[in-house]
Amino acid sequence: MGPLSKGNPVIVQILGICSALAVTAQLKPAFVMMASVTVVTAFANLIMSLLRKGVPGRIRIIVQLVVIAFLVILVDQVLKAYVYDVSKQLSVYVGLIITNCILMGRVEAFALGHKPWPSFVDGLANGVGYGLILLMLGFVRELLGSGSLWGFRVIPEAWYIQNGGFYANNGLMMLPPMALILVGIIIWVHRSAKSNKDLIEK
Amino acid sequence: MISKLLRDIVDRVKPPFEPGGKLGFLHSTFDAFETFLFAPNTVTKKGAHIRDAVDLKRTVFMVVIALVPALLFGMYNTGLQHFRAIGDVAAAADVLGCWWYGFVRVLPLILVSYIVGLGIEFAFAQKRGHEVNEGYLVTGLLIPMIMPIDVPLWMVAVAVAFAVIIGKEVFGGTGMNIFNPALLARAFVFFAYTPFISGDKVWVRGVTKGGEYLDGFSGATPLTQLGENASDMLAGADVWSWIVGTIPGSIGETSVIAILIGAAILLYTGVASWRVMLSVFAGGLVMGLLFNAIGGTPVMDMPAYYHLLLGGFAFGAVFMATDPVTAAQTNVGKVIVGFMIGAIAVLIRVVNPGYPEGMMLSILFMNALAPLVDHFVVAANVRRRTKVAKVKTVK
Repeated sequence: MGPLSKGNPVIVQILGICSALAVTAQLKPAFVMMASVTVVTAFANLIMSLLRKGVPGRIRIIVQLVVIAFLVILVDQVLKAYVYDVSKQLSVYVGLIITNCILMGRVEAFALGHKPWPSFVDGLANGVGYGLILLMLGFVRELLGSGSLWGFRVIPEAWYIQNGGFYANNGLMMLPPMALILVGIIIWVHRSAKSNKDLIEK
Repeated sequence: MISKLLRDIVDRVKPPFEPGGKLGFLHSTFDAFETFLFAPNTVTKKGAHIRDAVDLKRTVFMVVIALVPALLFGMYNTGLQHFRAIGDVAAAADVLGCWWYGFVRVLPLILVSYIVGLGIEFAFAQKRGHEVNEGYLVTGLLIPMIMPIDVPLWMVAVAVAFAVIIGKEVFGGTGMNIFNPALLARAFVFFAYTPFISGDKVWVRGVTKGGEYLDGFSGATPLTQLGENASDMLAGADVWSWIVGTIPGSIGETSVIAILIGAAILLYTGVASWRVMLSVFAGGLVMGLLFNAIGGTPVMDMPAYYHLLLGGFAFGAVFMATDPVTAAQTNVGKVIVGFMIGAIAVLIRVVNPGYPEGMMLSILFMNALAPLVDHFVVAANVRRRTKVAKVKTVK
């Protein structure tokens, strides 16, 4: 359970923030991003764990990069083939999964020292932990920023001021700075929970 | 007589509210009301420190009093602009009628701002066991005064909640905030609900909701006109109306005279720093003159002192930049930060027509930089004095 809450890559280790801010204006790309990162971390961990005894320490970084890049290109091609519109929305951020600190972090910190199966699970859990935050951000930002969820309208058109109602979308939600503030709020709430008090730095 | 009676009442109700009493969990709330009525017998321990004998509560009160002239004029101007827009000349000439019209429209904004803001402040103080701070009395009045009159009330509520929680409580409450909460509320509305705080429809009451302007009446503020069509605006420039304040704009910002009365009160009582105020105006003027020297476009050639009269410049200089919490703490720092606020505000106005009002952004920006400026001022001071000390020892 570690990577989901107490060791969450985004809100505890503060890794992978850039992509968390960039792709979460809507729920759907956030979900696709979550799935992509989860697949890549899981298999990168698995492959590096299998290779861990055969790779000399001095060149391990470059080997990791090759493995991760290979997986990312694979994911990118799959996205382009099956969910083209979302892959367009994600644009460079799929490619930038390569530079996502979570990946290299997990490979370095975990996979190189553990057996394949635990490494695979660790990668999976970290991907999901990252994705959970993405989904929360995507949910709030799409709901308040565009009045829809997963592309479906949630807040009725008739509520909007231009249609005689009282409501208006919050444009700030569509901007990355607000996503950072939301991440801050999630961290605040998370650390206020009783079981997480030890995360608060003195 | 009355004060003794009040004291008696307060003392009689007090016991259950003491820590450990039956209603002890409401201690902060009770304390807030008690110190509101009577000067407390304790001194401020942390948070916003005015380095003076006065209690924070009294300083805050002076600022509220200083805001009153601008607020009263803002109410009058709300009515005036409305009746002018619909072409009712007789009603526009009736000063008291205009004021009453504005009063009825402005009051809900103030109420929403106070209820939401104080509600959150009380809740946080209660939960953390702090005493409730009075800083919000000023913020809560400033927020409606820098909003357009037609802004929907729930937006004000959301903006206030954002400003108080994210701008203030996150940092530890009154006196710990980095940014001026009132400006944060405005910035929130500005970026979140842009159509409701910019353009030419929102500054006059009753036009967004289906009403129409009379032919030839423009609801745009002079600054918006400046961004859109500078040469026309300057040809029709009526400096006197900018000084008096009979122009469309945010509720409290239009009248330079009313703001200067407030400034006089603040300076006389020593609540605000004259260094900040003066240097903001100086910064704006110097930057304006600099653009005059470059020249080229009508906006750059505009007389530099126009900038000081238009939009929220005067209001920001007097009431926002002087906020003791977010301004620089050192005297030299105050001058530097103030000067930069004025200069950047004019820079934004002239160079970026997308943001006709540069004052808000420039104050927030310099709020963030103020601690840095202070740091260097202190460091320079330390260096200078060590040098002096060394010279002396050599002797």
